[in-house]
Amino acid sequence: MFKKLFVGLAPTQLEYEKLPVRLPEAERIPAPKSITLLHPKNEDHRLPSVLGIGDPVKTGQKLSLYPDQNFYVISPVTGTVAGLSPYSGDFGKSYIAITITVGRDESLDGAFQQQMKNPTMELASSYLAYTPGNPPWSLLADPENGIKTIVIRGLDPDPMVATSQYIAQSRLKDLKKGIHILKEISGVQDIILITAGESVQGYGHIGAQVKGVKTTYPSALPQMVMKDVLGQVVPAGKTCEDLGVCFFNVEAVVSVGKAFESGQLPTTKTLTLVKKDGTSKIVETRIGTAVANILGAYGETVNEYDRVIFGGPMTGSALYALEHPVEPDTDSIIVLDRDKAAYVSDYPCINCGECVRICPAKMQVHMLVRFLEANQYEHAAETYDLYSCIECGLCSYVCVSRIPIFQYIKLAKYELQRAKTPEAADA
Amino acid sequence: MLEKRKAVEQQPSLLQKKLIVSHAPFLHSGPRISERSYHTMLAAVPALVLGFYHYGMPAVGVACLSISTAIIWELLFNLVTKRTITIGDGNAALLGLLFAMLVPATLPWWAVVSGTFIVIVIGKQIFGGIGSNAFNPLALAVAMMMVSWKDLFDFDAALLNYDLEFATIYPLVAAKYFGTTPVDAFSLLDLFMGKQLGGIGSTFGLGLLIGGIYLILRGFIRWEISLTFLAGVYLTAFVFNLVDPARFAGPAFHLLTGYTLIGAFFLATEDSSSPVNFIPMLIYGAFGGIMTVLIRNIGAWVDGVILAILVINLISPLLDKIRPQALGKVM
Repeated sequence: MFKKLFVGLAPTQLEYEKLPVRLPEAERIPAPKSITLLHPKNEDHRLPSVLGIGDPVKTGQKLSLYPDQNFYVISPVTGTVAGLSPYSGDFGKSYIAITITVGRDESLDGAFQQQMKNPTMELASSYLAYTPGNPPWSLLADPENGIKTIVIRGLDPDPMVATSQYIAQSRLKDLKKGIHILKEISGVQDIILITAGESVQGYGHIGAQVKGVKTTYPSALPQMVMKDVLGQVVPAGKTCEDLGVCFFNVEAVVSVGKAFESGQLPTTKTLTLVKKDGTSKIVETRIGTAVANILGAYGETVNEYDRVIFGGPMTGSALYALEHPVEPDTDSIIVLDRDKAAYVSDYPCINCGECVRICPAKMQVHMLVRFLEANQYEHAAETYDLYSCIECGLCSYVCVSRIPIFQYIKLAKYELQRAKTPEAADA
Repeated sequence: MLEKRKAVEQQPSLLQKKLIVSHAPFLHSGPRISERSYHTMLAAVPALVLGFYHYGMPAVGVACLSISTAIIWELLFNLVTKRTITIGDGNAALLGLLFAMLVPATLPWWAVVSGTFIVIVIGKQIFGGIGSNAFNPLALAVAMMMVSWKDLFDFDAALLNYDLEFATIYPLVAAKYFGTTPVDAFSLLDLFMGKQLGGIGSTFGLGLLIGGIYLILRGFIRWEISLTFLAGVYLTAFVFNLVDPARFAGPAFHLLTGYTLIGAFFLATEDSSSPVNFIPMLIYGAFGGIMTVLIRNIGAWVDGVILAILVINLISPLLDKIRPQALGKVM
């Protein structure tokens, strides 16, 4: 997969996944016996008492463990709560895992339908945050950001993943409705739909400008879209939101459209499943389904020391347990055999310059990594442009010494952020 | 105890197989350091084989001793400093091989052993090992030996007892001390085909060119450095030749003699001591080429490649300060 060519004069190109002209039908995986939802946890150590074991829940019901905070999950099934337990995620995030045993009959919750007559931002952010595609309502609603442009990503940022392309091509009706609603509730008129290269045609009067980006990684990453499509370079250390641009996954917009069309909150997540042999499938499953259930449906076996990845091969994250549930932003599940996955080494940089030549942000990665290895994060940020990094992972991908450069960069940003927070709190 | 076990059984995740959790990215383009080393060695083979053909078993002996002692020095250094054993990356073997290519076939065994000691221990390991050396270890070793034991690198004297089918005079000595009259006696084709005195593997122009092109195409060395180095040699020699054709040899002669080709493809391109940005690479290579001819034509030494490479190694970190502006950099 994506190996360097024999003639290696030019850097390796990572092509985005291309769907066939006749779209494959997404395969539906039936709801399992029980599902798990990850509800964000606050600093309180006790489990909240709003929801208890044995409580019945309906499909589409909003479950909020802290009534005073705007955290919630939407139950994708009808059943009873079977357990509440703490759960740790990446970068110190903590959750409460709500396990729901799926009941025999399905009944639908009507709270959203009653209020959907007049769509507002408040309604959207209080019902549509835990829908497939994970719409970033808080970014859009924050008046400080002053969002002027919404970019809908109809192309997955990572290679091997085809979820967004599939949705952008197959759910045109819901997409159109979603764009309409989005304009209405946010007041933003400038909406751009990003697709891969040539496939700009065929969207008709969708209500958004359609623009194509190059079909090679990393041209669909937000900073690259900003630079190539919008002609604005995001200054180092700033985000796209700071420039008034908000990124939506196409699935999020489709979910909005679907919700207002049917009156029911969508609970089915579309994702790309890449199996060990490299073949991929577009799969539809309820949010909260454990990875083990999905792999089981395809008879995919996972052995000791294999890797299971949520998200793409360049920017995704590896799971430590197959019980991890599908979340609203899980666009793909990739199973990598232990012989095929990349390993890192503790070799020093040999200064070959591959990373410098492939870096889309034109950073001096070979110098940066020397400072990062020595924990000199501040110097790295000042002298070697740590904050210009767009986090594409190409440096680690080409590194001959197999230094985990991307991990060093993320760690450095995380550590600098941590060092900054207490200082800000003191001031 | 029983309760604990029950708890484990109720949570199947604690019983299941271990997955590896690592940071993104999960793919790699493939090459490793060992691959670079072995392919560079492969590229060096054609030039080396002609050396073996010309100089026979003594040349083979020097090459074998050089490669093996280079590996042994690295292993010993690893053991003494209690660091990871790094001979598996092939870099020590590569340096040993290239060292053999630079020296005359009759180099005494003690000189080979001391030479590889300088290459591995002084040139590379005391700076911190692979990737940390400021100078090309080979250029450093040859320069130190040229200064310390001047006679060892006098190719005319070293290869005196060989009865070869071509003129047994080191071309650069001829050019330096006898002007262009003996130089005209060398046919450029003969020089290109390796019919000249010199190091075991540094005289066969065609072989070095094939090896160099292979390395460039595979992306193991950077064409910018090799090409500008050769261009620098050519243009500088051309200017000298233009000014005084009776005293200075022509540009093609300088390209095909001495260490020019091996320097352009195998020495100047060494990763650790060369810059990585585009413009710095061009300046680095060109400056190396210019220095080479300056030393050859008006300097004290017969061949300038080794010293020129040390000089450009010295300016390499400074050159790499000329860099493109990073994305979104706030000035």
